[in-house]
Amino acid sequence: MSTHLAKLPRLLAAALLLFFLLAAIAPNLLAPVDPLAIDPAAAFSAPGPGHLLGTDESGRDIYSRIIHGARSSLLIGAAATAIGLGLALVLGTLAGFGGRWLDFGVGRILEVLFALPGLLLALVFIALAGPGVTTTVIAVGLTWAPGYARMIRAQIIALRSSAMVEAATVLGRRRSRILLVHILPNALAPLAVLATLGLGQAILWAASLSFLGLGSPPPAPEWGTMLSAGRTYLSLAWWMTFFPGLAIVLVAAAATVLSRSMKAGGSR
Amino acid sequence: MSASEPLLRVKDLDVSFGGNSVVSGISFTVNPGECLALVGESGSGKSVTARSLLGLAGPGSHVRATALDVAGKDARNFSQRSWRSLRGKEVGFILQDALTSLDPLRTVGKEIDDALRLHSSGSGSQRAARVVELLEAVGLDDPLRRASQRSGELSGGMRQRALIASAIALDPLLIIADEPTTALDATIAASVMDLLGDLRRAGSGMLLISHDLATVASVADSIAVMAAGRIVERGTREQVLNSPQHPYTRALLAAAPAGKPRFTKLSPASTHPKPPPLQPEQATVHQGEEDGVVLPVLSARGLIKNFPLSKTENFRAVHNVNFDLLPGQTLGVVGESGSGKTTTARMALGLLRTDAGTVELLGGPWSQVPESARRNRRSSLGAVYQDPLSSFDPRHSAEAILADALSLGATRNPRAHRQQISELLSLVGLAPDMAQRRPATLSGGQRQRLAIARALAPKPKVLICDEPVSALDVSVQAQVLDLLDELQQRLGLSYLFISHDLAVIRHMSDHVLVMRAGEVVESGTTESVFTAPAHEYTRSLLAAAPPSLSSI
Amino acid sequence: MSDFAKIQSSPSGVAGTSHGTRSAARWLLSKIMGGIFVLWAVFTAIFFGLRMIPGDPAQAIMGGPGSQASAEALAAAREQYGLDQPLYVQYFAQLWRLVQGDLGTSYSLKSPVVEVLAELLPPTLILAGLALLVAWAMALVLAVLSTRSGAVGVALGSGLEIISAAVPHFWLASVLIMLFSTMLGWLPPVSTNTPAGLVLPIITLALPLAGFMGQVMRDSMAEAQRSAFALSARARGESETGVLLRHSLRHGALGGIALSGWALGSLLSGAVVVESIFARPGLGRSLLSAVTARDIPLVTGVALFSAAAYVLIMAFSDLAERLVDPRIGRS
Repeated sequence: MSTHLAKLPRLLAAALLLFFLLAAIAPNLLAPVDPLAIDPAAAFSAPGPGHLLGTDESGRDIYSRIIHGARSSLLIGAAATAIGLGLALVLGTLAGFGGRWLDFGVGRILEVLFALPGLLLALVFIALAGPGVTTTVIAVGLTWAPGYARMIRAQIIALRSSAMVEAATVLGRRRSRILLVHILPNALAPLAVLATLGLGQAILWAASLSFLGLGSPPPAPEWGTMLSAGRTYLSLAWWMTFFPGLAIVLVAAAATVLSRSMKAGGSR
Repeated sequence: MSASEPLLRVKDLDVSFGGNSVVSGISFTVNPGECLALVGESGSGKSVTARSLLGLAGPGSHVRATALDVAGKDARNFSQRSWRSLRGKEVGFILQDALTSLDPLRTVGKEIDDALRLHSSGSGSQRAARVVELLEAVGLDDPLRRASQRSGELSGGMRQRALIASAIALDPLLIIADEPTTALDATIAASVMDLLGDLRRAGSGMLLISHDLATVASVADSIAVMAAGRIVERGTREQVLNSPQHPYTRALLAAAPAGKPRFTKLSPASTHPKPPPLQPEQATVHQGEEDGVVLPVLSARGLIKNFPLSKTENFRAVHNVNFDLLPGQTLGVVGESGSGKTTTARMALGLLRTDAGTVELLGGPWSQVPESARRNRRSSLGAVYQDPLSSFDPRHSAEAILADALSLGATRNPRAHRQQISELLSLVGLAPDMAQRRPATLSGGQRQRLAIARALAPKPKVLICDEPVSALDVSVQAQVLDLLDELQQRLGLSYLFISHDLAVIRHMSDHVLVMRAGEVVESGTTESVFTAPAHEYTRSLLAAAPPSLSSI
Repeated sequence: MSDFAKIQSSPSGVAGTSHGTRSAARWLLSKIMGGIFVLWAVFTAIFFGLRMIPGDPAQAIMGGPGSQASAEALAAAREQYGLDQPLYVQYFAQLWRLVQGDLGTSYSLKSPVVEVLAELLPPTLILAGLALLVAWAMALVLAVLSTRSGAVGVALGSGLEIISAAVPHFWLASVLIMLFSTMLGWLPPVSTNTPAGLVLPIITLALPLAGFMGQVMRDSMAEAQRSAFALSARARGESETGVLLRHSLRHGALGGIALSGWALGSLLSGAVVVESIFARPGLGRSLLSAVTARDIPLVTGVALFSAAAYVLIMAFSDLAERLVDPRIGRS
């Protein structure tokens, strides 16, 4: 197989992410139509020349709403990823470096978090804190934290007993220096991969919660909210659900492809 | 098929992978009852050759030959079905690493039974009886129980025997063994070699693949030496070992440390760049000489280390080990896996707490003081490991690694130590352009040289070398051993040298400790231990070692 | 044999039967204790988590912040649910009831949580169980197919991974309804317990699960195909199909079992979405309405149930791995 063909998915993924990034920064450049402009006469228009991806129940342009929704959706994803990775970093390094008892304690906490798998942890958190965008972001971050924490911990523990650390000890290096120069940078190197993958997943999960009616309130042009609104009209106007969902699928798929190739590149 | 017809006739065999030629134009024959050894270093194409003979060269391979007769059949245009009827029945194949060559999820009995089931029509109970018979024939105790165990429950030697049992289940005419003893301890390797010798005497033809001339010397009738995909020399065992014609064969024979006195060069001198002139500070006389009494640079008294296996059981890793390493000398520590060599080294390095006993470095306390007190004295003690790559930070270049070691950790900026870095590199025989390379892009020998350079950077008095050449090819091993010799003479270093290889230990050491199951069973000068071993275990180790090539 | 080898082989738990029973008992005890700890921790975290967040639980009982319940009604609810007691009294009283198997009363449904769970569990179990079966079957077929066919297999494998990582349940369900209900009219968009009514929900749950499991299984199978033991099996005369069935498949299944905990998460989260979309009664849909109504007793009940299921499944997968692979539990 030629190398060009092998690179194609990666290039496509990068191009897709760049497109949505541009949509987030300058939506008017890609979609001049006002995403909030109501046109009752054109309600539920099917995808076509006038409205590329159709209109919703108030006649608002779906394409425009998707482009203008990119910013808040990407921000929600980024914030949730940051919360998840931040929490994981604290828990993972505490467990990895903190000695036997701290490792045991963090291990138990992770065990409890793992026992509420998937959306469940997020749902329990929303039940306690009430629905809303902020809660959704925290809830999604919380969902992904235990898995990341376990990875970071395993990485640190493997590095701590590695020949590299032993060699540095033999050379007379202080523990604190070994930690800063050798262990942390090598343990955190995979985080870029995790963050890329996590961004896609966080957007996806936040959208799932929005779809269930627990995220940001309408009529803001946010992908999850559009989905939630479209759900009511699933049999009447499939494009209201299909296209915002497609945007999420594309971002998540692009993030997955990109993180995969980053991982493959890192291990080479 | 008549008895005179060769079991294996290979003419002009070419194997390539996607245009890359791996084996080119090799020819050989194996007659019934004959044993041909195919010897070469890694990358010589010997394993691919062996696999091609079974149609198992692997995906993407392209095999061509003017003749490829296996067990009397022309195998050049074999279908998959014809290959399958050949494999296991006419030709038995024994792979190197029995730990991975038997399916860890299936019982040993099932694995052996597969060979019987695939080729013969015996009933289940007949086959089961045969499996037990085979396990007994390869020398496993309690064969009935072994048959119901999985490979993970057997020791290395037992696994290799079980693997041999599966390969000889149908009394194949030809046995191909690819490095059958490489992963095994010397005594076990010797007994597996004996087993293969018995099979050969029973009439099977054998193709023995090995990286080590010495291992095959006792079994092979004829030897073919491979390098870079070609057979460079072929002849009877006596011809090849006693009057080698090709320079590569000669270099290979010269590289083997067995029977070579201390400080004799093992590698051709041309591979060494000229070392820089000695610096006066490094040419100091041996430390610790006071009033004619030589004090040890490193000494251990009553070292004990136990590892808990469970709440009630302890694994006795090291028990009551004593030694003295004298300045400018090498103390060799030899033993099989699990003998406690590495645990002893880790305690000597101050990486592992001792349960009891003390280590003293340069006459001062070492194992009993906290790490903070050891830290500024660590510059006098260096370490070289078996796997140098894992001991480097993968993110740092060679010069950054050396700058870090030279500056005592103050900086990784190579500019501050440009001069010293290039001196170190040439001291260990690395070209100056290696400085910017990352360890992962260096060859095995180059990595070990870099590891030695790093260990030498703080100007240590003592180096602890834990199996420093075990992962290297014979010719590279020879270069690294020569380098260590040379450094010792030039810099007056003392080595604690750990190896499982008796020949390497004998070549390198002034004094020797023989360890078994955590204890020192014998110690003394190299000469006395090797020529007049007092302990029974030492004698069995020496008996198991492959014979010195010059004695054949 | 050297002493080391003896020591290595003794703690396998296979040799001595008394030793084996004792280690099995210790394993069981540690699993039970771990499970009890997890359940206690989930309960405690939710109990105190609710008290740490501003807001009046009595408000939730009366139908949430928008209900505008009178002060008297709130006070009555407080008294009825014991919310006027000191915190520690409430905690220990509830904990004690939990130990006795009483999960309290649902705020929104006004009936005991245990009864609600007992009623909701069967339909969800049917759905999830069938989806798991379908997913395993699909994953095995996909893994075998993609292992047998080189470059196509690699492409298929990574395609599956991307589908399972990027296609959310809600979108998959919407697309399936669009295709098979709205456009083709083959299958109902609302799920009933009839076979036709179960098809779309099961596919929605099984597809992402099968994608990920198939990909992980394919990886372990591909590794087995390349291994030395596969080579020695071929050298014994084993056919490619034989290597696949007798060797690689077992290693692949091991990879699938290791994902059991993840599978439970995927099925539970999927059930929430799928039961909502297909209007199917069950644990997931009730959890969603409980979350929306902030019906804490019911949320706690579902959380405790799923935690118990998780602990149980992890124990079983641990056991299964030990049975398939004697290497585990030896180190």
